[in-house]
Amino acid sequence: MTQSLDKEALARAAVGAPGQQRKTLGRRLRTTATAYGFMGPAIALVLTFFVAPGILLLILSFTDLSSANFGDPWTFIGFANFERLFSDPFFPKILRNTVFYVFTTLILFNLGLALVLALVTTNIPRRQGFFFRLVWLLPRLTPSVVYILMWQRIGQADPFGIYNQLMPEFLGASGGNLYLGGSPWTFVILTNGFIGASFGMIIFTSALESIPKDLITAAKVDGATVWRIIRDIKLPLIKWPLLFIATYQTLSLLTSFEYILLLTEGGPGLFTTEVWALTAYKRAFATYFGNSQWAFGATWAIVLVTVALLLAVVYVKLFKFNELIEEPRIENL
Amino acid sequence: MTTAEIAPPLQPSGPLPKAREKMGRRFAYGFLILSIVPILIGYAWLIIATVSFRTEGLLPRNAEGGIGGFTLRNWDFITDAAIWNAMWNSLLIAVAMVIGVGIASTAGGYALSRMKFAGRKGFLSMTLVLHAFKAEMLLIAIFFVLRFLGDIPIIGDFIGFNSVGGVALVMIALELPLGIWLMKGFFDNLPWDMERAALIDGASRFRVWWQIMLPQVRPGLAALSLFTFIAGWNAYLVPFTFTIGTKVANMPVFLNQLISDTAPTNWNQVAAVGLFQMIPLLIFFIFTQELLLNIYAGGSKGT
Repeated sequence: MTQSLDKEALARAAVGAPGQQRKTLGRRLRTTATAYGFMGPAIALVLTFFVAPGILLLILSFTDLSSANFGDPWTFIGFANFERLFSDPFFPKILRNTVFYVFTTLILFNLGLALVLALVTTNIPRRQGFFFRLVWLLPRLTPSVVYILMWQRIGQADPFGIYNQLMPEFLGASGGNLYLGGSPWTFVILTNGFIGASFGMIIFTSALESIPKDLITAAKVDGATVWRIIRDIKLPLIKWPLLFIATYQTLSLLTSFEYILLLTEGGPGLFTTEVWALTAYKRAFATYFGNSQWAFGATWAIVLVTVALLLAVVYVKLFKFNELIEEPRIENL
Repeated sequence: MTTAEIAPPLQPSGPLPKAREKMGRRFAYGFLILSIVPILIGYAWLIIATVSFRTEGLLPRNAEGGIGGFTLRNWDFITDAAIWNAMWNSLLIAVAMVIGVGIASTAGGYALSRMKFAGRKGFLSMTLVLHAFKAEMLLIAIFFVLRFLGDIPIIGDFIGFNSVGGVALVMIALELPLGIWLMKGFFDNLPWDMERAALIDGASRFRVWWQIMLPQVRPGLAALSLFTFIAGWNAYLVPFTFTIGTKVANMPVFLNQLISDTAPTNWNQVAAVGLFQMIPLLIFFIFTQELLLNIYAGGSKGT
């Protein structure tokens, strides 16, 4: 904060007009108008596709709008949707699924594997580390439909599945018979984890690479083992990236459902792999019984949005926010 | 600390640490290779399947069930008009996103980096929250916004529900928080001497932005454009939710229709369409590796 004030003072001094600020109210207004000119497209888009839908979602959750009464004026039904949500027979299952999905994927892949990959690829020669990280980026670049197509083939039952063909041949295991319909959660977590891990991996890698080499060398000379160097030097130094990834990924796992929709659609069977975000989407759009329950879907969504926004506040605090919104450098011209 | 000063640097005290290091290294490579096996297998299948009659696991089979059955029949779709229509829609969405996100982020990022105005802090904190927050939850409400936009006379048909323009607009908005933060970061890193000189000489803000600032952030803009193009080219959920039928379908939606509408699914043809769709991505992957790894890291940090 003080730093930014200093910069402001410096800027004013550099222009060489200390008393100028007062007399130019009109000028400042014009600066504001210019700024809003630059901001125009961004503001219009944010208002139309974030702010308005956010408000609309809240309003919708108090109506009974569905494709059955689409043409009629909206009827407000108070908290009936919320009562229906919390007394839904599958509510406990969906809640359990969501918590299980978010934390398993987060701990095993988005944090755990990401950290291991970053540590290992920064410990081997640079070019090779780069190569492995690049391959890990592939799933993220692949269109979701094609990516899920590959996993469906990996997880198909005999004789088409790749896993069931390779396991007995190369590893001597007796088939195992792991397939999508039989162990849907394994595949849901694998597909999402293989996407999620690369994000943390890239962030952790750049954090690890910025650790001064002398620190590591000094520790090695003192006879520290690789494990001690990781535990006592590297991990404490990348504490902030770790926290950042943990909150950021919790948030994105909680609110995204695209890969589950493509892989299992929440099945097989009733709500087996259905998470909260997917329920909201399916209630509103999947016209399974010929009826889109927009209002009920919106109710599921607004509860999740509220939870996500609370998490987002924590995340913004972790983000060294004040540093990022430091005052601009030439506003007083 | 003191030992580091006295002892000669890095003298191994015996054969043991070296052997251990070697083992550690082997373990590291073993782990890394094992970790990428599922990814490589997926692509291997995709490539094998596109030129096979059918596949069992990774093995191509011919009609009699023996190994073999090489065929190019899966690529017959190349002459199908529907796929070129989907390709065109994909391209439209991706290019519209590059232009839209590019303009809104470079203009907005500049103002946020260099100007002081009422609402600046509020806007910055809001985009930061929106960046972390996947907007997929808002799709239900955006559906109603698009229906409303579709009712606007004349332009409504181009930006409403079930139009390529509407899908592109939603996608632009969803990528915008990231774009704005990225561009603000690039502007923040530029020295401002040249800009200040130009402003003192009486140049307008717009001219400064266009003639002095934009050329300097070109690398950043290129990275953002690549990122947005890929996001647009791969877009599935938004086009799937806001379009009906094949006329406005883009490639991922078209592919998904191919999987679910035909029974039994012709997996080999589906694989060929999937690989076809990935051609531009593979070109990017081969030629812009460093840039790709950087944008997927930089995009998240905001600066």
